[in-house]
Amino acid sequence: MKTQNQRAWFFVLPVLVLVAFNALIPMMTVVNYSVQETFGDNLFFWQGLDWFEQVLTSERFHNALGRQFLFTFLILIIEVPLGIAIALAMPKKGPWVPFCLVTMALPMLIPWNVVGAMWNIFTLPDIGLLGYFMNHTLGISYDMTQDPIAAWVTIIVMDVWHWTSLVVLLAYAGLVSIPNAYYQAAEIDGASNWAIFRFIQLPKMKTVLTIAILLRFMDSFNIYTEPFVLTGGGPGNSTTLLSIDLVKIALGQFDLGPAAAMSLIYFAITLFASWLFYTLMTMNDNKS
Amino acid sequence: MAQIKLSNLRHSYSPNPSSDADYALKKIDLTWDDGGAYALLGPSGCGKSTLLNIISGLLVPSEGKILFNDQDVTALPPAQRNIAQVFQFPVIYDTMTVYDNLAFPLRNRGRDEDIVKRRVTAIAEMLEVTDMLTTRAANLSPDNKQKISMGRGLVREDVNVVMFDEPLTVIDPHLKWKLRSKLKELHQRVKATMIYVTHDQTEALTFADQVVVMQDGEVVQIGTPVELFERPAHTFVGHFIGSPGMNVLPCEVQGGGAFFAGEQLALEGPAKGVADGSAEVGIRPEFVSVSQNGNGVAAHVRKVADVGRHKVVEAIANGSRIHAIMGGEAPNAGDAVKLEFKQSQTRLYKDGWLASTQAEGV
Repeated sequence: MKTQNQRAWFFVLPVLVLVAFNALIPMMTVVNYSVQETFGDNLFFWQGLDWFEQVLTSERFHNALGRQFLFTFLILIIEVPLGIAIALAMPKKGPWVPFCLVTMALPMLIPWNVVGAMWNIFTLPDIGLLGYFMNHTLGISYDMTQDPIAAWVTIIVMDVWHWTSLVVLLAYAGLVSIPNAYYQAAEIDGASNWAIFRFIQLPKMKTVLTIAILLRFMDSFNIYTEPFVLTGGGPGNSTTLLSIDLVKIALGQFDLGPAAAMSLIYFAITLFASWLFYTLMTMNDNKS
Repeated sequence: MAQIKLSNLRHSYSPNPSSDADYALKKIDLTWDDGGAYALLGPSGCGKSTLLNIISGLLVPSEGKILFNDQDVTALPPAQRNIAQVFQFPVIYDTMTVYDNLAFPLRNRGRDEDIVKRRVTAIAEMLEVTDMLTTRAANLSPDNKQKISMGRGLVREDVNVVMFDEPLTVIDPHLKWKLRSKLKELHQRVKATMIYVTHDQTEALTFADQVVVMQDGEVVQIGTPVELFERPAHTFVGHFIGSPGMNVLPCEVQGGGAFFAGEQLALEGPAKGVADGSAEVGIRPEFVSVSQNGNGVAAHVRKVADVGRHKVVEAIANGSRIHAIMGGEAPNAGDAVKLEFKQSQTRLYKDGWLASTQAEGV
């Protein structure tokens, strides 16, 4: 008979400790805050699910969540097709390849708060390059500190500028891995450019695009630094996305209980949407 | 269906070729008859794939013309040439079913769905893939994938030529044989011109009626498998075809006779116009007989390999290695032996090319 012992658990221990300190313990403190009320001095009063109820029924949360979904939707609908289009247009070999790749990667290398500050200065109506050009040369009124539409356009364009490259690079990696024989066979089969895209390029890019969309979804849904530096959530509350609202509640108003409940709801939505998307995208892969 | 004629074809991958060495194809003049089964045989890098891509239109030659039934197609793109090509690695449209894969070339050309259905059903029947028509092509095994890419080539009724670019590379050995005989059978049924590119002599010799042997961008010999085996026009063909290849021995030509190790070798016939000096004698291992104390060239046995059906004797005579194939009892390594060459199969080569002619009445 085999000897039974429990020694194997010791091998799991380092990972368990790491994950505990890195994720579980911080998260449990949030869970702790979300069901209690505190007035400082480490005095806690049991509150049950009241904070969750309060967050879920508040109009302020609904609005922020709506803005967040709208933002992420616009980001995905613009960046994914644009990224694919740029990747298709990029040269597949030759001296321009490294040039294009480095140029594409540059925006992603800039620190996020610098991106926000750059665009802030860039769009200032009187001294910013874009702001001055729009207002004084073209005569179009453009001031994102006053006009909610201008603020939205600016944060969208900023994010497209900052992150489309990620989709481009991933899609490009997928494209260059397609053997030349596929294109030759398609040419002989008389396939149109659209058919080549639809039946060769898109299927071959599917895996990398799944990752690209997933990353862009998570990052844009959790975005904080750039819009915070650029608009601070204004004018009014027009660009107050979920994360900005959360920080306002937690650090501005010091409502730790509702902020903790909101964090957990926020996290659950991100997790659920990522899971749903990934499951749908990979559902057909194993089907025979 | 068409007769394909290549005239004065040259191709170079560099934009300004200066010498012959810059050309991947040096000078090709070839006619492929309608309905023939051809193999294009040669070592890797000899220009076979280049030639194939020029016929299919994926490459435009630097010089020369391609004629399909006397019509110049040199400038036409592949889709308009009405050709089919099967690649080394099976090309499959992963997201489509097998049926849609086979229908793809027809649908791209705007054929009616009932014609598509009739053709796809017929081709599937021929390839024995009828039961897979509704499965997704991505889930097929490599040999079935390769069958589907062949099917996409055959599905059009009027293809001028079907070309195969080393199509069995990724197929398991025991399936290679099946697929090869399938190909042969398909050729007999559809009667389309087929060109089969390979560096494997067995594939070439079993598939083709006519084999075109290439080396360094040039066609060295065109002939039936038997002709290539029996009378190689160049020592390269002799080496390349056969296992082991033809023995090529250095010799001295004096007054029309060939001398090896001081002994005159009886040639198949007179070597006309060969000046005195060094040349080569070629003899297939199948026509070398080994005896302990007969006539012939003195040699000693270096090793004997038993390959199952027969034994391959490797002997050294005057510093040259000579292979002989023997059926029965073979000598042992180290034995001194005499090698005799069958006269009707002993040929003279000058600068690589066949120089002896067959004697009258042979």
